[in-house]
Amino acid sequence: MPNPGLHLAVEIDGDGAHPAASRRADPLAVSRRVRAVAAIAENAGFTLATVDDEPSNSGIGAVERAAFIAAATSTLGIVPTVSTTYTEPFHVSSQLASIDHISVGRAGWLVSESTAAETARAWGRPLVDDTRREARDATRVVRDLWDSWEDDAVVRDVATSRYLDRDRLHYIDFVGETFSVKGPAIVPRSPQGQLVVFAPADLLPPELVDVTLTSETTRAATPLTFTEIEVALSTPQATAGERIAELGPWPERGRLRYAGSADGLVALLTDLAGAVDGVRLHPLVLNEDLAVLSQLVVPALIRGGVAARPIPGASLRTTLGLPRPVSRFQESAR
Amino acid sequence: MTDVPYPDATLHFGVFFQGVNHWTIWSAPESGSQLDPASFRRVAQTAERGLFDAFFLGEGLRLREVDGRIHDLDVAGRPDAITQLSALAAVTDRIGLVSTSNTTFNEPADLARRLSGLDLLSDGRAGWNVVTTDNAWTGENFRRGGFLDHADRYRRAEEFVVAARAIWDGWTADGPQRVQVRSSQFDLDLLPPLPRSAQGHPVIFRAGDSAEGRDFAARHADVIFSAHGNDFDDALAFAQDIRRRLRAAGRPEDDLRILPGTEIIIGATEEEAREKARWVRLQQVTPATALNIAGLVWGFDLSDRDADGPLPTEDPVIAENTGAFGARRVADPRAVVDRWRAESAAHNWSLRETAIALGPQRGHVGTPASLADKFTRFARFGAVHGFNITPYLIPDGLDDIVTLLVPELQERGVYRTSYTGTTLRDHLGLRAPLTRRDPVEQAS
Ligand SMILES: Cc1cc2nc3c(=O)[nH]c(=O)nc-3n(C[C@H](O)[C@H](O)[C@H](O)COP(=O)(O)O)c2cc1C
Repeated sequence: MPNPGLHLAVEIDGDGAHPAASRRADPLAVSRRVRAVAAIAENAGFTLATVDDEPSNSGIGAVERAAFIAAATSTLGIVPTVSTTYTEPFHVSSQLASIDHISVGRAGWLVSESTAAETARAWGRPLVDDTRREARDATRVVRDLWDSWEDDAVVRDVATSRYLDRDRLHYIDFVGETFSVKGPAIVPRSPQGQLVVFAPADLLPPELVDVTLTSETTRAATPLTFTEIEVALSTPQATAGERIAELGPWPERGRLRYAGSADGLVALLTDLAGAVDGVRLHPLVLNEDLAVLSQLVVPALIRGGVAARPIPGASLRTTLGLPRPVSRFQESAR
Repeated sequence: MTDVPYPDATLHFGVFFQGVNHWTIWSAPESGSQLDPASFRRVAQTAERGLFDAFFLGEGLRLREVDGRIHDLDVAGRPDAITQLSALAAVTDRIGLVSTSNTTFNEPADLARRLSGLDLLSDGRAGWNVVTTDNAWTGENFRRGGFLDHADRYRRAEEFVVAARAIWDGWTADGPQRVQVRSSQFDLDLLPPLPRSAQGHPVIFRAGDSAEGRDFAARHADVIFSAHGNDFDDALAFAQDIRRRLRAAGRPEDDLRILPGTEIIIGATEEEAREKARWVRLQQVTPATALNIAGLVWGFDLSDRDADGPLPTEDPVIAENTGAFGARRVADPRAVVDRWRAESAAHNWSLRETAIALGPQRGHVGTPASLADKFTRFARFGAVHGFNITPYLIPDGLDDIVTLLVPELQERGVYRTSYTGTTLRDHLGLRAPLTRRDPVEQAS
């Protein structure tokens, strides 16, 4: 069976988890940098990389980066963060399904909300107060749209001149408190059927979520639970403590934090296997800590049988041991 | 040819991976996947081998319907354009990547950022084809709902482009400068998310044919797609009209590239080319599609008729236009039906043969040499700057064009023999973005 113990995710947005990490930013052109970071994560054997985002952020959007990475990699899972507050669920659904097609089934979605007033002003919208309601409704719509084409809706039936079987396409007819969406999707059902949906603890009703991201080390009420850990590792040049001190204050973000040697992290993660299904690591400075993770930490975990490299050709669902769902609109599913 | 008005003109090619409508053949053994990433990669890389300027994706934000039912005869279902193009940025080096993206169902801060992201990931190869879907039927898929009449959707489109450019230009040599947009449609306040790309900002394309659409292009666009690329006189009249509108907008008349969409069918001899065209038309206009095309003319459902039989004997009806694809949209159905009847009787054509001969038309058919001669004339007389080619087969439909036609054009000196720049703006030979010219340059 897939789960050998611990799935390893790494956050690869920007320059690192420390606000001053950009001081050490890599001078490579942005396209080369995105490609290089993804290649390091893939070659190391990470299960997946997440690409953080917020619509009023600076930087290239997570969807565009994830699509680029999908085309440049072959086994790494790719999970962009996409907000549900001001975005159009119809577009979000199309964008994410497209990444699953591009990656041939390696995509996930980290659902987020936008609470900053800055985002509302950028979009020219009144500030949304009930961002959890929007997250719930938008996620429901996105998931329904992913199911709105049954797997075999493209029939190419030469005898009747029919490319589609319209009985296998479904209007979703979603009506919520603040918006409604008709459907069906404009993108056919993607390789995984449903992308793997990640969400921070308590943002969404559990039935909409596959993987909960939490600062706890105990399981949530969703199929899988990953623990969030910020990591600062010792390098040949400096200890973890010296590296943090050099960057200045490192504000708390409600995640576990580890600062120390690679061996210590290997021991910590080995202990966590079994308690939770995976971890998402947030490197202090992406260039520096990802290098240590990929050279020392991930190989040791794989050698020790605590973690496993994704199998080429496997979908992210398969790697995570999640079943591929039948479309909820399909006759046999009802 | 001594009085050739543009003796040094060269042709620019784009490829339009359509993903919808009956022009893409899905029934032939060589018809590949419309979704497999390998299909997109194959077409884009072939176009790049042929030194094309751009790879282009369209957009439709609701599945097509006829008579309230999802249209099931044509290729349908395609990826989100900017997402797919961001992936292609990773597997191509030079070719421009152009996304059709709507101004009615998007917001400037979001779309400007997505396009900038594509522009940066591709090192300056992004383009944006600005479209303005207006119907409530498409709006049913969006939070914002269906809205905007013809005038308002143009106002919004115009203000949208202005806002997007303000966001793109707002990152100066001194870093991001706060951008505030207050107009009839927008009230925005943001810091530009991204620096400028190697080409300044994305190239603006526009596909539209109405007077407003043409004026919009003359004021804002770098490239216009048209449907005027099959007949020389028609193409020239369109180009002259665009040049007149450019002058009226205060721009040099060489400031905009005119790239009509077209189909190109190539054979080793004229006879072989005609035979291939016949095969292509029969694959495109299946019996069911012929009945659908006739239904659009007559204004009611003819799907239960015999496509190999005669034309319907009923009179056409003027049907309501709901905005859905396949709403009965022929302007003067009575005149069209009279013509169909006359031609069908004269040639003894079945309904299907009539639909093939008189239905929507497009494209060029010939040998590499005859097509190269013809296109050279189009270019040197100022009728087009090139073509946006729609392959009738995915993913191999460009192969003949790249291996047979391009060398003929190169021999005539009317097509590049290598890329000379790295950005889409370079390929198209465009000046700096409209908002980024100093006044002297703008007036010249
Ligand atoms: C060659 C060509 C390609 C087009 N592609 C698209 C498309 O992919 N998506 C879309 O919504 N509209 C597309 N359009 C439609 C135009 O954006 C526009 O809505 C239409 O031509 C009507 O323009 P008008 O308002 O100037 O008459 C296309 C038009 C042309 C001529």
